Formats: sequence, structure tokens, C-alpha cells
Amino acid sequence: MALANMNLTLKVWRQSNNKAKGNFETHKVVANEHMSFLEMLDVLNEQLIQEQKTPVAFEHDCREGICGACSMVINGQPHGPQRGTTTCQLHMRQFKDGDTIVVEPFRAKAFPVIKDLVVDRSAFDRIIQSGGYISVNTGQAVDGNTLPIEKDLSSQAFDAATCIGCGACVAACPNASAMLFTSAKVSHLNLLPQGAIEAEQRVLSMVNQMDEEGFGMCSNVTACEAECPKEISVDNIARLNRQYIGASLKSDKMA
Amino acid sequence: MKLDAKVPQGDLATKWTTYRGSMPLVAPNNKRRLDVIVVGTGLAGASAAATMGELGYNVKCFTFHDSPRRAHSIAAQGGINAAKNYQNDGDSVYRLFYDTVKGGDYRSREANVHRLAEASVEIIDQAVAQGVPFAREYGGLLANRSFGGVQVSRTFYARGQTGQQLLLGAYQALSRQISNGNVKMYNRHEMLDLVKIDGKARGIIARNLLTGELERHAAHCVVLATGGYGNVFYLSTNAMGSNASAAWRVVKRGACFANPCYTQIHPTCIPQSGEYQSKLTLMSESLRNDGRVWVPKKKEDAVAIREGKKTGLDIPEEDRDYYLERRYPAFGNLVPRDVASRAAKVACDEGNGIVPTGKGVYLDFSSAIQRYGKSQAFSKGMPNADQKTITELGTKVIEEKYGNLFEMYEKITGENPYVMPMKIYPAVHYTMGGLWVDYHLETNVPGLFSLGEANFSDHGANRLGASALMQGLADGYFVIPYTIGTFLSKEIRTPSFDPDGPEFKQAEADVRNRLQNLLDIKGTQSVESFHRRLGKIMWEYCGMARNAEGLKKGRQLIKELREEFYKDLFVPGTQDEFNPELEKAARVADFIELGELFAVDALERNESCGGHFREEYKTEEGEALRRDEEYAYVAAWEWPDVNSEPILHKEELEFKDIELKTRSYK
Repeated sequence: MALANMNLTLKVWRQSNNKAKGNFETHKVVANEHMSFLEMLDVLNEQLIQEQKTPVAFEHDCREGICGACSMVINGQPHGPQRGTTTCQLHMRQFKDGDTIVVEPFRAKAFPVIKDLVVDRSAFDRIIQSGGYISVNTGQAVDGNTLPIEKDLSSQAFDAATCIGCGACVAACPNASAMLFTSAKVSHLNLLPQGAIEAEQRVLSMVNQMDEEGFGMCSNVTACEAECPKEISVDNIARLNRQYIGASLKSDKMA
Repeated sequence: MKLDAKVPQGDLATKWTTYRGSMPLVAPNNKRRLDVIVVGTGLAGASAAATMGELGYNVKCFTFHDSPRRAHSIAAQGGINAAKNYQNDGDSVYRLFYDTVKGGDYRSREANVHRLAEASVEIIDQAVAQGVPFAREYGGLLANRSFGGVQVSRTFYARGQTGQQLLLGAYQALSRQISNGNVKMYNRHEMLDLVKIDGKARGIIARNLLTGELERHAAHCVVLATGGYGNVFYLSTNAMGSNASAAWRVVKRGACFANPCYTQIHPTCIPQSGEYQSKLTLMSESLRNDGRVWVPKKKEDAVAIREGKKTGLDIPEEDRDYYLERRYPAFGNLVPRDVASRAAKVACDEGNGIVPTGKGVYLDFSSAIQRYGKSQAFSKGMPNADQKTITELGTKVIEEKYGNLFEMYEKITGENPYVMPMKIYPAVHYTMGGLWVDYHLETNVPGLFSLGEANFSDHGANRLGASALMQGLADGYFVIPYTIGTFLSKEIRTPSFDPDGPEFKQAEADVRNRLQNLLDIKGTQSVESFHRRLGKIMWEYCGMARNAEGLKKGRQLIKELREEFYKDLFVPGTQDEFNPELEKAARVADFIELGELFAVDALERNESCGGHFREEYKTEEGEALRRDEEYAYVAAWEWPDVNSEPILHKEELEFKDIELKTRSYK
């Protein structure tokens, strides 16, 4: 089966470090439809190395849509044009021969650029550290079946837990808000009976940490949901808001 | 050197309990003064670091990722085994133990496997308590499914994302310890050497990947949970960053590497589609619960499909060879992975493959769709539903069970697997070999421990499905937090080590020189191109079927590749900056050496067992022929200097509770 070549023009963001000024660089690449977007970038990098130039730095690891490492904006959309798809799972059959493709990093104050398309998303780790867990030590658990959980409820918690922590929601948001990420994390645990005990403290601390990291406010644009590769619902944001207000009104809970 | 597995005395079923009841303890006030380094934050590393933090040790934890949550455990799909017997189908700790030893083709250490089976039960409870959203039945209780090589339903799962959910559980537990200050986390740090003082592991040299700065970190002991070495094949289901460098660096410092030739080739992956391909994608073994594997019976049909003149749908039922069901009626499509993979290779070698390269077979869900559709129609009061309705209802059931996998398949191949049968082929997935460890999970270097896929101990020559997650978490949550105490209880008077001591400075200088050597080659070829070539040699000569001649040739080719690598590699940039090409270069340099040891081990093992299939040693029916008299041992290799020959140390395996039998899944 012969595959037709696709001749592409790439405009790629190059920035040597956080302090440097970045710019777009133009490159020609020949790809084919079975390549993933990252494999197309591999071809570009191999070309650059052959010319003894510095390859484009981009973050990637599992290349099967689950680790959440890839972090680029393709033609203005985080993870590119295909709905519910990470960059590594985006295949070149979504593009046409002759296309010009613009590739840039996730842009947000809380995600400073490290190099080219690589950004620092450690703010997400700190949001989890502020309360995105259930306080149970190893060995303290009771038998798993002593706590039956309604199938639909468990499934709802799962839908929130499926977040891969990539940060596309932040990159998609005109305010660079992290509400979809934070609300998915809060929802996953707060929906479950195991997480109920710490639910109020959790929502207060995590929202507080999110604000401290410099993410913007949510103004219900919902671009986050549209661009989320795991299609996390903005219902989680509504749930977070309800829980946050409820918890804030109680005087004994301090954020 | 004599390898001592340090297996406790006594009855197999009570060894672990006896050990825990009699091991020396470290008092809480002493734990605070003891430093532990954990490298790796997958299931084993994250769970170990979190648990040791909870216990009160001073833990420093390292990952090369930007966040602990990105470790490749996150990609595990199918599930995790536990001997809960919630299904009342005859499961027990003993049966899980037995299945695992048998599945591993009698090449694992009995005592470790029994302990694993015991811990399996606690893992599920712990994960549920952490909020892991396992699949549930309508009554709210935990659901199970079946995996290959067993006849009970003991696999717990969270859709097709079990690894993700379990890793998030461990990551959250780790995050809690980070926020408490018990664990200090070092993201984007890669371990590049082990530091030994008076023969004991006392620290590491880590490179800050953002700045390139080399850092010296001291501790009373070092725990490696750095995963497997499947990427020695370049193309595998591992993540792009998965590497063996931490494990290989400790081999250079005297640790033994055991059974490198035991590699798992997973039967159901998406076939390779071109030369540019960077990795292979797994389709979970859970699919074999409902998918039927087949190739056309007639060669002309296979040729027509390969040429695009026919599709799988054009082949009538009577012209399909469901070869697993035919050859292994007792287990059918659920035979263990090594057996299923070899059978696919045989079918394709006979000329019946169904993708253009000839290397692919079908995994077909149409029977399951019809079966589920009929049962759904019946339960909805439509016993006479038409074909279309049945197909629709059945498709929904399949979607509910495997939706995300089917979606992933469609994104990659552009074909709808609900209609067209999936095309699959075996691919490198997991490595059973790894650092040699004793019952305490301690390597032959005192104070150096190894957990999860990075060690060798539990899966023998073949790992059964849904047992990698089990082992990673058993080691991290329930084994190392105890066994490390045996070592550390003797260290309570040892003050913290000075990272500015001469051993640290020397190791740091070694690392700096090694990296600079790679940069100074200034040749013409990229790291990636060398890695690809190594992968091709490995697949060709050390892949699914091996023979003595090929292994000798493979070793020679790897040696030549190594020479060329050090003559003609090009790495851009410098040491003192964020330089992903330099990171890769150091890892590929280690893979080349490991690949050579792999070939040596495969050549030394003159038998077939599990994932190691030597063409010279097979039964008349083409099954693996073990030679228990000569080869019932662990091959632990000492190889500090690649310019000398590797030295073999044998740990004889004793099977006191299980009779060694030829595996039969017929």
C-alpha cells in the first residue's frame, strides 16, 4: 500500500529559555497520513539534526494519549483540531497536503515556557498537594466490598478522574483558568463516600492553591471542555462552585 | 560471589507472616534520622515513597518526568489481579500463586510469588480507600473480569484505564507526603550514577534536566523502581522516555542483572504501519475476553486481503481459522501471552497474515456483539428482535466495556473496529528480567533495593496479564516498607552521609566525563537512528524466536553498532542546559550494552521457557520445551566492564510446593 506524501509547512515556536524572546521558525516537512503529529515532528527533528541544528524541544512520553505530557497548541487549538484527542494521538490524516501548520506552546502565566514547546506545569502538582488526596495511610484500609458504591456514582467519579493533567484546559481558556482541572480533581474525590470526610477542606484548599499559582478566574467560556482531550465536563466546575460556596459559608473551615 | 536469596525458613504459606513477626524494627525516633532515596514514581516507586514517608523515614524521591504522575504505569489498561474470590469461583491465595508460577513457566522464586499473592488482597482494599474508581456491579460491589492463563475472574479494573487510576491513587498518596514534608520530590531529575561507600549504596548522582547541573544526593539506602528495559527493542509499547539507565548504571557498580532474555511480547498490539513509526500501541488483553483471534484458512484469501482486494468481512465463517480456539480448546483465546504471541507468529510465518507487511492477524468482536445483542434484546422483552437491533444493542455492550480502546484503535488506524475486525500483532511490552534481588528486594549491593518491573523476581519467564500492577503495588505498599527495616535497623547509629565526600565527587566527575564524551564525538548520525538500528537487531535476532547462530550474530552486530555509536554520534548542544538529545544519547548508550547482555543470556539458556523461545528446543507440536534438569536457575550476570566477558552467577530455583510440569493450556 503506497502512501501519498504530504508536503507541509510548519511554523514552530522557538524560544531558548524562559527569559529569551521567542519567535516562529518556518520549516518544510514531508509526512504521510499514518504518522502521528509527534512522528511528523520527529521527522522535522531528524532533519534539523542532519543539518547539525538544535531540534525542536517538545514534551511527550507515552504516545498513547494517557500520560498527559504533550503540551502544544496546533493552529490555535490545544492538541489540535480533532475533538477528544491528545497531540500524540492526532494523526496526519487530519491535515491536507500543502497545509501550513502553526505550532506553539501552551500559553499561560502559570505555565512558564522552559524551551520551545515545553512548559512548566508543576503548578498542577502543587494543587494536588494542597488537598487532592484522601488521607489514608497504607494498611489502614478495610475490605473493599464493605463500602458498596452506586454504580452510576462511581462512574461519575471515574469520568472526572479520567483527567490526564495535560493543561489543555488552561491553554484553551482566555483567562488561563485552571478550573476544569481543579474541579475534575475535586469532583473525583468529593463524589465518593471515601472522600466525603475531607470534602470541604479539600475544595477550599485546592481553590486557594489554584489562585496562588496565578491562574485566571473562570468566566464560563467553556472552551476548556471543548478542547479537553478527555472531554471532561464543565458540570464539574458547577459542582465545585456549589461546594466551594457551601464550604466557605462555614466559619470553622479555613482555606 | 555467592547469591543468597535469603528466603525465610518454614512453610511456604507462613513464611511472610513469620518474617514480619520476627524482623527487626526501627523505632519512630530513629526513622526520622534515616534517609531513603527512591528513584522512579510509577506504581512501585510512588507507593514505596508514599508509604515510607508515612512511616516517618526521610524520603527523597526522583523522577525524570515533569510530574510523578506521568510514569508509564499510567498507560496500563486492563486490570489488576487479586485473590479476593468475590466471584465465588474457587479463587484463593494459593491458586493465584500457582497460576503465577505456572504462567511464568516455572522460572520464578516460589516464596516471592506466594508473598505477592498474599499482598494482592490488601492492594485492592488500599486502592478503594484512596478513592480509585474501580468498575462496580449494580449492587455497588466491585466487578471482576478474566485475563489470560487463568480460569477464574480475579481481575479488578477501571474501564481500560486501570493503570492510570491506580497510579493517580499512589501519586495522591505521594503528594500528601510531599505536602507533609516527609518526602522531598525532585521532578525532572535523572539518576545517572550510584554512589557506594564501603561497598554499600549510599547515594546517587542526579542530573537536573532543566539546567544540566549534576547533583550529589546522599542517603542510608537507595531504592530503584525505574521500570523495565523493553525499549532496548526501540519499538515497544513502552513510553518514549522509558529507559534502563538507572538499572544499568548500578550494574556498572557491581549489581547483578538477572534473566535479561525474558521479554514479554504482548499478542495484541496495533501492527506497525511504517518506517517512521516511533512506538507501538497496545490493545488490552482484556479484549480477548470477547474478541476471537483468527486468520483466513486459505492463503489466497490472505493474499487478497493484503493486497486490499478483500477485507475480513468477505471471508465466510467456514474459511476462518480461529487458531487459538483450535489449538488450545481449554483456554481458547485466553491462553497466556507468550503462547498467543507465538501462535500469531506461526500463523503469519505460514503466509496467512492479513496486513500488507504480512505481520498481522484479526481480533474479531462480531460473535460477542451478536451474543450480547441477543441477551440484551431478550432482557428488554424483544426475543424476536431483528439483526440490526441485535447488532446495535450488542455494540453498546462492547462500547461500555472497551469504548476507550476502540476509540484509540480508530484514531490510530482510521478504521472502525465495531464493524471491521481489529488487526493486531505481537509487540514487545514488558520485561520479566531485571536487577537480581533477594527476598528482601535487596540487590547483591547492600543497601540497594529494586522494586516493580525493574527487578526480576516474580514473573519468571512470562508474566500473566494484570499482574504487573499487582507486583508494582505489592512491592511498594506492602513489601519494601517492611524489608527495608531489616537493613536500616542496623544503620540507626550511622550518621547522615556527606554528599561532598570523595566517593560522591568521584562519581560526579565520572558522570560529567561520560556525558562530555558523548558530546565530543561530533559525528553525523542522530541518537534516534542508532536506537532504531539497535531495535532492528534485537527484534531480528533476539525477538519472538531465537537460535544459537542468530544470537551469536546479533551479539556481534550489537558490538559493531556500539563502536560506530562512539565514532559517529551527533549530539547537539552542551551539558549545561536543557538538552533532550543528550538525555537520549546516554540512555541509548546503556541500551546498547544491555542489548549485548540480552543476547549473551539468551544464548546461554539452551531451553525454551515462557517468553524465551529457542527454535532448537521445542516439542513436536511446536510448544516451548523446558529443560528443568539443567536450567531451573536464575541467570544473574555480573558485568561491570563491557570489555571483559560477563560473569554468570546461578541461583538454583527450588520448587517445594509445586511440581514442575509441562505447561498445557490445551
